[in-house]
Amino acid sequence: MSAIREEVEDFLYRESALLDEWRLDEWLALLTEDARYRVPSNDAPSGDPADTLFLIADDIQRIRGRVARLKDPHAHAEFPHSRTRRLITNVRIVPGTNSGEFVPGTIFVEANFVVYRFRRGGQEGAYVGRYRYALRRVEGELRIALREAILDSEELGRLGSVSFIL
Amino acid sequence: MSLIIAPMNERLVVNDPDRLDFRVHRAAMVDPGVLEREMRRIFDVCWIYAGHESEVRAPGDFVTRSLCGRPVILSRDSDNRVRVFLNVCRHRGARVCRERSGNAKGFTCFYHGWSYDRDGNLDGVPGESSYPSSFDRRELGLAQPPRVDSYRGFVFVSFDPHAMALADYLAGAKEYIDLIVDQSPTGEMELIRGTQEYTIRANWKLLVENSFDDYHLMSTHKTWLDYMKKSGVAIPKPAKGHVMPAHGVGRALGNGHAVIDNENFRGRPVAKWIPIYGEDARPEIERIRAELVQRLGEARARRVADTNRNLVVFPNLVLNDGSSVTIRTFHPTAPDRMEVTAWALGPKGESAKARAIRLDSFLTFYGPGGFATPDDVEALESVQQGMATWREIPWSVMTRGMAKEGEQLNTDERHLREFWVHWDRYMRE
Repeated sequence: MSAIREEVEDFLYRESALLDEWRLDEWLALLTEDARYRVPSNDAPSGDPADTLFLIADDIQRIRGRVARLKDPHAHAEFPHSRTRRLITNVRIVPGTNSGEFVPGTIFVEANFVVYRFRRGGQEGAYVGRYRYALRRVEGELRIALREAILDSEELGRLGSVSFIL
Repeated sequence: MSLIIAPMNERLVVNDPDRLDFRVHRAAMVDPGVLEREMRRIFDVCWIYAGHESEVRAPGDFVTRSLCGRPVILSRDSDNRVRVFLNVCRHRGARVCRERSGNAKGFTCFYHGWSYDRDGNLDGVPGESSYPSSFDRRELGLAQPPRVDSYRGFVFVSFDPHAMALADYLAGAKEYIDLIVDQSPTGEMELIRGTQEYTIRANWKLLVENSFDDYHLMSTHKTWLDYMKKSGVAIPKPAKGHVMPAHGVGRALGNGHAVIDNENFRGRPVAKWIPIYGEDARPEIERIRAELVQRLGEARARRVADTNRNLVVFPNLVLNDGSSVTIRTFHPTAPDRMEVTAWALGPKGESAKARAIRLDSFLTFYGPGGFATPDDVEALESVQQGMATWREIPWSVMTRGMAKEGEQLNTDERHLREFWVHWDRYMRE
């Protein structure tokens, strides 16, 4: 089990480095073909996007669209890009769900995060919360099938937006 | 640290049709004296959106929020009536309810233990015998805003006992609220779980303008349009001399309310399918459309389904009836800061599939993680930073469409001027 955790930690650290460096195409390559990326509304952290309003609930098409947008200088909220620094801790392999939503062999992971964001002329912000990942092996490599960033603050408030990949 | 304007001895809005001149003074976006005056002359006088009836479905249900700087409780009393109380203990003033939402038999102030029932009556005072005979608990129930009323599920309050009737106040905005509610086969809309609450570091009036300003769409939201195109949505080329892909108009609705009313090119859960919804969503959208036609007739169904509308109800309620139905309200906390709350609204009883399409459609454009709203926020904060030069560049020009007879486009500024003319009237009265 600990060997898997080490591998998962390495994987998450590599992912966060790619995101902090805005190497978004390389980040996309870490996702499965049916990947989803979600940020729930702060007052409904355990909702389902089918019946609950989220801040972000992307399928793979919209994730790709999001990356295309973020690479475009016309994504004004992120041009110039935010500087971000992700701290990921308390990585745990957790029991899976039996919902049938995930294929057998899926590895469920939770981790704590603090993502600092800095923008010139803007206030700095610290996004604090918990990641939920569903990972699976594709040709032997870990890949992300679900990536959910659950914020701890009662409302998004002064953080304003989630315009970068959280 | 009031700057120079209040009390106002200089006009903040210049409206001179003869000279085709309409200008807004930028001090209106930075002066704390202006904000103080707005709080007293606008937010304390107008009908202010307090919540939706569907947020409190059963007796004892409650939600708490802040309205015009005041903590309030929206709740349902024991007679199943929707009530709004000031969330303040009559004894020393602590909040009597500190939870976001729930169901309760009543509200108890934890400070000294005074308790109130669902109807707001004071029903428990520890050690009441120590109060003299002048103490009358019947006079010490939870206070209410002087006026509370609702229109088709939308609950409003006014802190002015002499406010005109809500139905009169809403004027032409009622027609557009009706268009929203008519989408529902059950005749009722409901608020969907999940709240987007965020701060924008800009003056609140900039969000009023932005919420129904289609002039900015093509430049500010280019990446959203590109995503729509790439996803197979037909984005027509603007007609000669036009900015937008489809025809749309700006209309003043009286009392400061105004709307943009557009032919839809961007899809609607009720009920216009676009490729971005996916092939599997097509039968559901067609079913919703057929129900509309059957219930409302072809012409009214087309009106509901094939146009989208951004409505501003003066001063701070926006109902965006487009790629979803969004309720957005915002309250200033400083001249350069507002707190925004946004919800999704859907027909009560709509299918799980339709609800999922609606919420997915919401998020493509709207909200702090959407492909458009963050760029709006960026624009507003950029404008607010520019307002620091208000002494050097005092005026913003707002004359688009001013020389036109008749129809005004959604990219003109007739509807923005409607807001500002009424803002100015309230501020000077």
